[in-house]
Amino acid sequence: MNEPTITHALDRKETTTLNLGPTHPSTHGVFQNVLEMDGERIISGVSTIGYIHRAFEKIAEHRPYYQITPLTDRMNYCSSPINNMGWHMTVEKLLGIQTPKRVDYMRVIVMELARISDHLVCNGILGVDTGAYSGFLYLMEQREHIYEIYEEICGARLTTNIGRIGGFERDFNDIAFAKIKKFIKNYVPVLKEFEVLFTRSRIFMDRTVGVAAVDAQTALDYSWTGPILRACGVDYDVRANEPYSSYEDFDFDVPVGETGDVYDRYMVRNEEMYQSIRIIEQALEKIEKEPKGIFHADVPDIYLPPKEEVYNNMEALIYHFKIVMGEIDSPKTEVYHCVEGGNGELGFYLVNDGGRTPYRLHFRRPSFINYQMYAPMSSGMLLSDAIINLSSLNVIAGELDA
Amino acid sequence: MELTFVIEKVVLVSVIFLITLGIAAYSTLAERKIAGYIQGRVGPHRAGPFGVFQPLADGGKMFFKEEIIPSQSNPFLFIAAPCLALLTASIGSAVIPWGQDVTIGDRVIQLQVANINVGILYIFGVVSLGVYGIMIAGWSSNNKYSLMGSVRAASQNISYEIAMGLSLIALLMVTQTLSLREIAEQQNGFWQNGWFSWNFFCQPIGFLIFLVCSFAECNRTPFDLPESENELVAGYHTEYSGFKLGAFLFSEYINMFVSSAVMSTLYFGGYNFPFMNDLGLSANIIAVLGVLFLFAKIFFFIFFFMWIRWTVPRFRYDQLMNLGWKVLIPLSIANIVVTGIWITVKDLL
Repeated sequence: MNEPTITHALDRKETTTLNLGPTHPSTHGVFQNVLEMDGERIISGVSTIGYIHRAFEKIAEHRPYYQITPLTDRMNYCSSPINNMGWHMTVEKLLGIQTPKRVDYMRVIVMELARISDHLVCNGILGVDTGAYSGFLYLMEQREHIYEIYEEICGARLTTNIGRIGGFERDFNDIAFAKIKKFIKNYVPVLKEFEVLFTRSRIFMDRTVGVAAVDAQTALDYSWTGPILRACGVDYDVRANEPYSSYEDFDFDVPVGETGDVYDRYMVRNEEMYQSIRIIEQALEKIEKEPKGIFHADVPDIYLPPKEEVYNNMEALIYHFKIVMGEIDSPKTEVYHCVEGGNGELGFYLVNDGGRTPYRLHFRRPSFINYQMYAPMSSGMLLSDAIINLSSLNVIAGELDA
Repeated sequence: MELTFVIEKVVLVSVIFLITLGIAAYSTLAERKIAGYIQGRVGPHRAGPFGVFQPLADGGKMFFKEEIIPSQSNPFLFIAAPCLALLTASIGSAVIPWGQDVTIGDRVIQLQVANINVGILYIFGVVSLGVYGIMIAGWSSNNKYSLMGSVRAASQNISYEIAMGLSLIALLMVTQTLSLREIAEQQNGFWQNGWFSWNFFCQPIGFLIFLVCSFAECNRTPFDLPESENELVAGYHTEYSGFKLGAFLFSEYINMFVSSAVMSTLYFGGYNFPFMNDLGLSANIIAVLGVLFLFAKIFFFIFFFMWIRWTVPRFRYDQLMNLGWKVLIPLSIANIVVTGIWITVKDLL
């Protein structure tokens, strides 16, 4: 429906080259698109990535497992706890560690908070890129409260390095629980207010409905996952399809769109935030029923013992030494584990040869895979549409380049 | 021409120029404060109490910034463009009647710089010139983003001027004059002959079209495509720095002030205010009150400009053109027809 009415005489071949990036304000990171433009219309584009490639996969081959967590922080820095948890669960899958239910629920809370913070940044930025700045700040204030919860749980805000292999480094304290409860109570009205600004705004709908629409088959062909795939009408959500961290215990809906356009992506993300709030509420109820004080699996050879134990107990001292030196017994095998990240299926493919470091570790970064379609789908679009398409894909430069 | 007349006009011009610049400067503060209020923030509050010296600090900063002229640009036009933008913005206020005549002794002082009988045409001419500053800036910068911004600005301003002019034609059919002073005088008081005297109440659709077009002419959200910061980096002033950039930003606020003044004068009674003739005050006091009321109306419109800016998203280029050509122009033509029929029927009755 919302097809641009500008047409240009393409046969005149009077085109110009426009460098969109690497420091363009709307790329929200460092990557470049060299666009061939006919006036306002994009004829073709070439994407350049790798501006902040840090060779995480190679670095990971030289680090013991627990030291790889900080690397995962720096991929999708809008939702680093999901990356951390995904990595912990991958190693737990490799070592065959069963985490207690309470740990699973604590992880679910942290991951859903991270999902909210990821989606709210994306939708807020979509608002900014369409020219309405205020909604972004309404949501950003709430992200601050999420970061305060992170701080209470692990001490860090952006690159959280939250949790340990086998559980958490410490239990959630009462202030953390109070902050989570306060957040889920306060967030819904703010999100509703944000939706009032955008969802039925005539200009916003004109800008987004029908823009960058992708059909389900094309999206699947390009291996899209996450909210943008669900916006195309495919109900694939790792949390529901292959539950991890006890997601099967929770009752939540997987919102799907119809047309896969920018508006549907926006709506899917908004609805997922409501669903995340629902999940957190359920998780808080479930934690109440679990025995108190359990925050890690009972695996002394993998989970770092407390310092008093180390000083007073020989086994603990040995385990401490072995864990810190990365000398843990691990099977020679390969595992793949995936979690539903902010942008889609975040996978960790780990090949282990029994040594102290991974033999090979591959991150399946959803931004990287989702972004492949950007240049092909931009051709024929107006520049303005290409830019809001970019922000609704939520390409995070750190995750794109890894 | 007698000397006192010259002195009187020079004083008036200086005062109005200073007020224009002052309001433009403090509009920047107001914009940031209002943005802060809308977004749940405080806004600038460090420079002086409540940040009242912020515009001075900003101006000082602009003056002392390094001046960068791109080596590939056309230096003469690059410098001329912001000057032109500031000039055309500043001269628009010359024909606006600020208040009723003030009588001091036996001298009658007109609170208007130039009482010309084609005031509206003058405003139109000046507003049309405004696009040259932006065009020249975009072209002389030799930057693709600047050029795209200036092309957008040119087509936008030309398209919306047509709708603006057509909406005014309906108003002129009602007022029968092009002089802003006469239009203001016709709207005396608030209630005349059984109907509201302000033109808004006989030309509501015309006002709406005029309002939308003034947003477009001032390049304000949702029509800020020429400088849409997320698409075109900074649009036509991407390459500008220092006070040349300041001149562009300043001219935008001056334009906003002049547009608000024109809207208040044309549609909302200008310096007239309700019950002005029933209070039994002397003419001079009513003139002073009228000036205050005019400024109150202007401030309301400036606030309205800002309110809209921080609320709605911006159009896409083709949607903007569709709105201008397919909605506003037909609507304003229909408005002319309806107004014509109404005037004829009213005369017949």
